[in-house]
Amino acid sequence: MGLLALFRRTPSSASVAKERLRIIVAQERSARGGGPDYLPLLRRELLEVIRKYVNVDPDAIQVSLEREDGHEVLELSVALPERKTG
Amino acid sequence: MTEIIVVTSGKGGVGKTTTSASLACGIARRGKRVAVLDFDIGLRNLDLIMGCERRVVYDFVNVIQGDCTLKQALIKDKRIETLYVLAASQTRDKDALTQEGVRRVLDELTADGFDYIICDSPAGIEKGAHLAMYFADRAVVVVNPEVSSVRDSDRILGLLASKTHRAEQGNGGVKEHLLLTRYSPKRVASGEMMSVDDVKEILGLDVIGVVPESQDVLTASNAGTPVILNEQSEASQAYEDAVARLLGESKPLRFIEEPKKGFFARMFGG
Repeated sequence: MGLLALFRRTPSSASVAKERLRIIVAQERSARGGGPDYLPLLRRELLEVIRKYVNVDPDAIQVSLEREDGHEVLELSVALPERKTG
Repeated sequence: MTEIIVVTSGKGGVGKTTTSASLACGIARRGKRVAVLDFDIGLRNLDLIMGCERRVVYDFVNVIQGDCTLKQALIKDKRIETLYVLAASQTRDKDALTQEGVRRVLDELTADGFDYIICDSPAGIEKGAHLAMYFADRAVVVVNPEVSSVRDSDRILGLLASKTHRAEQGNGGVKEHLLLTRYSPKRVASGEMMSVDDVKEILGLDVIGVVPESQDVLTASNAGTPVILNEQSEASQAYEDAVARLLGESKPLRFIEEPKKGFFARMFGG
């Protein structure tokens, strides 16, 4: 491919395929990964608690469980709405 | 020691039976005693690919149900002295194959001194596929560089890691390998097809072979001669390499790059 690839604007169909697979495979692996079928419920309940204090978007909460050699990390990320100043 | 290898994929039509036949021939040609078993109950096909369809008298289910002995059902290959085929049954009763029955057949083959047992799995994730993988020591997951095949392979990897005897025993699980078929280096170079590395990265497994797309595969199945026996063919050489790697040799991957030619390719080719 070489230099020609640099001029190509749209991503190749192979890289689109790879990206789509990367996402779906990760998602399906975590779904069958044993246990964390409580994640959707956990996410919903967390959302309710947070909403008592801050009006966040339903999509603003990301809960994910990742495995790294031997231990598991539960990652929780909440995007707070921008505070209006002045 | 007998090693049981399942050839599986999830998706149909990716080359499981072609791969089973060629790996079995390739291993047997090296003097090992090999039995290749068709687990696709109701849709017998390995016999056709192996070219022994007219010599099937008894099948897998007959052995399990005690209609004949295992020796009577094993079909001795006419080309390779140490190779035997066990045909699938054409019965529509999927429950004819039982875990206990499969275990008895595998135990008997082991006691008989076979070095390798190749289990040709049916497509899907139903009982036949489950039984084909259940007693395996190793798995060759056949995958095409195409979205549905890669995704289905990942499902199969999940099953290998949980629904097999080795997984249940917790003694290291089934050793898994990827084998890519219908690979087109030209389409990979032009960005139309995922590369070996892409598939390897998505599934997180080592690649034991890459078989290029080849017209010889159809010619081989037309004739009932496993493609590995057509030594002129790139597909044959690729399978031969895979056999070597399965037996522990290390070989660089071949046929994964388009031969370079012309000014542009030399100036800009990577």
